[in-house]
Amino acid sequence: MSAGVGVDLEKLWIRFGDFVAVRDANVKINGGDFFSFLGPSGCGKTTILRAVSGFLEPSDGRVLIGGNDMKGIGPNKRPTALIFQNLALFPLMKVWENITFSMEIKGASAKERRKRADELLDMIALPGQGDKLPSELSGGQRQRVAIARALCAEPDVLLLDEPLSALDLKLRQHMRTELREIQQRVGITFIYITHDQGEALTMSDNIAVMRAGVIDQIGDGKTVYNDPATAFAASFVGENNVFRGKVKQVSGDTALIATNRSGELLARISTANQGKMQPGDDAMLFIRPEAFALAPAGASGDHFVTATVTNEEFEGNVFNIFMEGDGGKELKVSLPNLGQSFESHKGQPMTLQYDVQNAVALPAGELATE
Amino acid sequence: MPRFLREFFNRNGVGMGSLMLGLVLFWTVGLIILPQLSMLDFSFRPNLPPPEIGGPKDVYTVENYKYLIFGPEGGSQDYNAVDLRVFYRTLIAAVFVTLFNLVLCYPIAYYLAQTKGNHIRIFALMLIIPYWINEILRAFALRIIFGETGVLNNALVGLGIFDTPFDFIRNDIALYAGLGYAYILLMIFPIYNVIESLDRNQIEAARDMGASWTKIHRRVVIPYAKPGISSGCTMVFMLSAGALAAPQILGGPSSLWFTQLIYQQFNDNSDWPQGAAYAVVLLVTCILLVLAVMRLFKVNMGDIGK
Ligand SMILES: Nc1ncnc2c1ncn2[C@@H]1O[C@H](COP(=O)(O)OP(=O)(O)O)[C@@H](O)[C@H]1O
Ligand SMILES: [Mg+2]
Repeated sequence: MSAGVGVDLEKLWIRFGDFVAVRDANVKINGGDFFSFLGPSGCGKTTILRAVSGFLEPSDGRVLIGGNDMKGIGPNKRPTALIFQNLALFPLMKVWENITFSMEIKGASAKERRKRADELLDMIALPGQGDKLPSELSGGQRQRVAIARALCAEPDVLLLDEPLSALDLKLRQHMRTELREIQQRVGITFIYITHDQGEALTMSDNIAVMRAGVIDQIGDGKTVYNDPATAFAASFVGENNVFRGKVKQVSGDTALIATNRSGELLARISTANQGKMQPGDDAMLFIRPEAFALAPAGASGDHFVTATVTNEEFEGNVFNIFMEGDGGKELKVSLPNLGQSFESHKGQPMTLQYDVQNAVALPAGELATE
Repeated sequence: MPRFLREFFNRNGVGMGSLMLGLVLFWTVGLIILPQLSMLDFSFRPNLPPPEIGGPKDVYTVENYKYLIFGPEGGSQDYNAVDLRVFYRTLIAAVFVTLFNLVLCYPIAYYLAQTKGNHIRIFALMLIIPYWINEILRAFALRIIFGETGVLNNALVGLGIFDTPFDFIRNDIALYAGLGYAYILLMIFPIYNVIESLDRNQIEAARDMGASWTKIHRRVVIPYAKPGISSGCTMVFMLSAGALAAPQILGGPSSLWFTQLIYQQFNDNSDWPQGAAYAVVLLVTCILLVLAVMRLFKVNMGDIGK
């Protein structure tokens, strides 16, 4: 992969009046990376992107692109191209004119522009569609035109604001692969914004998990999923079961948590919090649905959970079992369907076990609501 | 009964439907088409004293139209130079007022449409409230401002910018200002309306791709606002070409507006046929001019209604 142009956010603050939309963001995005900001709606993702593209001046801190401070440099002078959440294609221009708008600005001849448009149309698999109007294309096609228009400007950094959110599920999954391929082909830095953790995990080299203006964690997909830094990250990225309680005992990188309802359970302390959890602290313990396995009835200990089954469903690749959980929220267990026979336990207690490495202990904190 | 009529009656009931239809017909036919047709009819008749109307002398003629071009029979000149001059001067001045208004109103409309916040409503109110004052008072107010001993001259002379008062009235500056001001809203609102529906992201997208502000307006905003611009320009042009009060009050002594000639024919000369002919010529020329310009800028008739 080519070196590419990196982007750094240093102590970035963005305020709207008294409201703090971005609080002390420090992010280092490597050149050529596919970097995602992942967070719920309204957490400040678009705001960060607008600060990188130059539509917003930070209230404090710096945005560096390729090591250069972007202060005072307008969006038309930055080496970035932004793909808007609603695409913002020009409705009165033909597709080829849309795509090559940046060349028109630089004074390229119509012939050059036509040629480049045809190349890009080939690349996005829309050959011969240049003379249509955007309104004559389908949602997925418009999406690709927006990508081509941004790439035509030959930016060092491509900024994408939830570009797939308007598409239906199938197309969205297809476009994930396509976007990732395009990024690898052109080799430039992509900064991608999404509230969909599936998109972030499948496409990104690195992910920043955001919560209400604060970046909770930065890491690659596996790290963010397996080793969350905060309760919010643990509950927002992927499905997770939470057990509330207090730290009973810490030994090395594991903690024994006295949970409110499920007895004392053992878990690995997440890397970011090792050495920071003390006995008596409020804690949360997270175990993913797929990290459970059936245990012999009556088994007990610091990695066994027993609870009453409230519901069961068969999803094809997994059996989902819902059990009475902590704090009103159901405990979800997903057992892979390996052709085994499955006996219903509805209304009865069931015992499960987990591998301590797959349980994460974190300081108690705000959970994601969705 | 055609389908749209049947649907119309189904939706509104026969009683209400007939009433509405009747009112619309009365409005268009009774109040617009018939009087205009009778004007057209007038314009092709000689000016006769009442007893002779309907008599043998009351025949169709193009005399009234010839008069505009050639002047009185046996006159000293080959052409009716005075009236023709007034005619084309009126048209040119109306075009000028329209362009001036466009240049002035487009930025205002753009600003109003693309800025959010409460102060915009106050702004719009400040534009509207002057129109509560009647047209004639507004024109006289401008006379107070532009007159020889008016506010503007006092200020300019007082500041030492001019040695002697400048005659804004004789130079038609007061007239242009008055006409321009009279129709500002008719220009601002149609443009405001379309621009308001323009997605801000399009402007930002253009900017993001390196476009300067002029380029953004030329390639993104103006093409989008074209229906509003044409509808504003059409109204302002038609109304200023047909204005009477402003030229009467603000025009210099030597500069007549064509509507003033029409008015003179109807009122001072009691020559309705001649006045009607002049009015018809003005109307038809204005319509043709508007259609030609619309064609030039590829605007559809349907866009005007937007
Ligand atoms: N121009 C603005 N003025 C005031 N508040 C804003 C402005 N832009 C965004 N916000 C607020 O900042 C927060 C973050 O917005 P945004 O970055 O758009 O979130 P998202 O993560 O959904 O993209 C929201 O609460 C939003 O209301
Ligand atoms: Mg957003």
